Amino acid sequence: MALDNIEQLLEKYDNAETTLAEEAQIRAYFAQNDIPPHLESYKLLFQYVSHSRQEKFTKAVTLPAKRKTIYQWVSVAAVVTLMAGAYYQVNQMNQKTSFDDLSHEELLAYNQTIEVFNLVSSKLNKGSGNLEAFKLVSSKLNEGAGNLNYLKDFQNTAKRIIKNN
Amino acid sequence: MTQTNFLKLVMPFKDKIYRLSKRLLVSNEEAEDATQEVLLKLWKNNTSIEKYNNVEAFSMTMTKNLCLDRLKSKQAQNLKIVHSNYQDHNVSLHKQIENNDSIRWVSKIMEGLPEQQKIIVQLRDIEEYDFEEIAKMLDMNETAVRVALSRARKTIREQLTNKHHYGIR
Repeated sequence: MALDNIEQLLEKYDNAETTLAEEAQIRAYFAQNDIPPHLESYKLLFQYVSHSRQEKFTKAVTLPAKRKTIYQWVSVAAVVTLMAGAYYQVNQMNQKTSFDDLSHEELLAYNQTIEVFNLVSSKLNKGSGNLEAFKLVSSKLNEGAGNLNYLKDFQNTAKRIIKNN
Repeated sequence: MTQTNFLKLVMPFKDKIYRLSKRLLVSNEEAEDATQEVLLKLWKNNTSIEKYNNVEAFSMTMTKNLCLDRLKSKQAQNLKIVHSNYQDHNVSLHKQIENNDSIRWVSKIMEGLPEQQKIIVQLRDIEEYDFEEIAKMLDMNETAVRVALSRARKTIREQLTNKHHYGIR
């Protein structure tokens, strides 16, 4: 390539007006060996460019496997089964509404429980019998309080008499 | 999308992601980290990835944002990114030193550019995107991209010329 030509191109290059094709021409020119000394600095630059273009990413690319979403769904399924089980169980319990539905053992347990409850309640009744004494005391107290009214009456009259005097 | 499909989609530009991260973060390790993270993010959104009409441009934007964020948080923590990029090539030692030297000059100069210009130089000169794509990736207009690029190119060359002359004289 003529020196004139390349100098023109280089000026355009410096002004960032060259196209990619023209830049390729320039690089091709500087790839050869006999470069006029005043263009030596360009040569260094293009050497560097072609050198750094060869650099490669040599490390192996490691990509983590996509997180398996199956496990999340397994937990959801587990919760659903548990809930369904509990619901079913509760339903079954509620279905037994009359004594006929109960088995022999259940009936026995029921009777025993009733017996225990009866025992407790009889003890409670006995205790409440003793409360009668308190009731008596309280009625007497009320009577006494009623008698206090006489005293009030007396006081009133006494005051009036004192005033009149 | 399966892993293999995803990798097939990402393969063509994963190096570009890496190079852009490295341009911004400088250190190999940091750049590898950032690349890995960008890819992970893409993978996590892989159901919506097919909706983007240009996954590559989208990834480059993502990379840019991620790296700038990292730089910012590093600065906030007052940490310096340490980069000890040990390399072992089997080229002859002399050639290697010579090569590395001039290349290191340029990369030093590049490091000195503002972030914006770094990104643009990277995308244009190294990855060869056209201006329209770059403008879209960076959410800028084309003229602004051109201006920044021109500024960057001139700075680089000016400094290179200076360095070069100092080297000789």
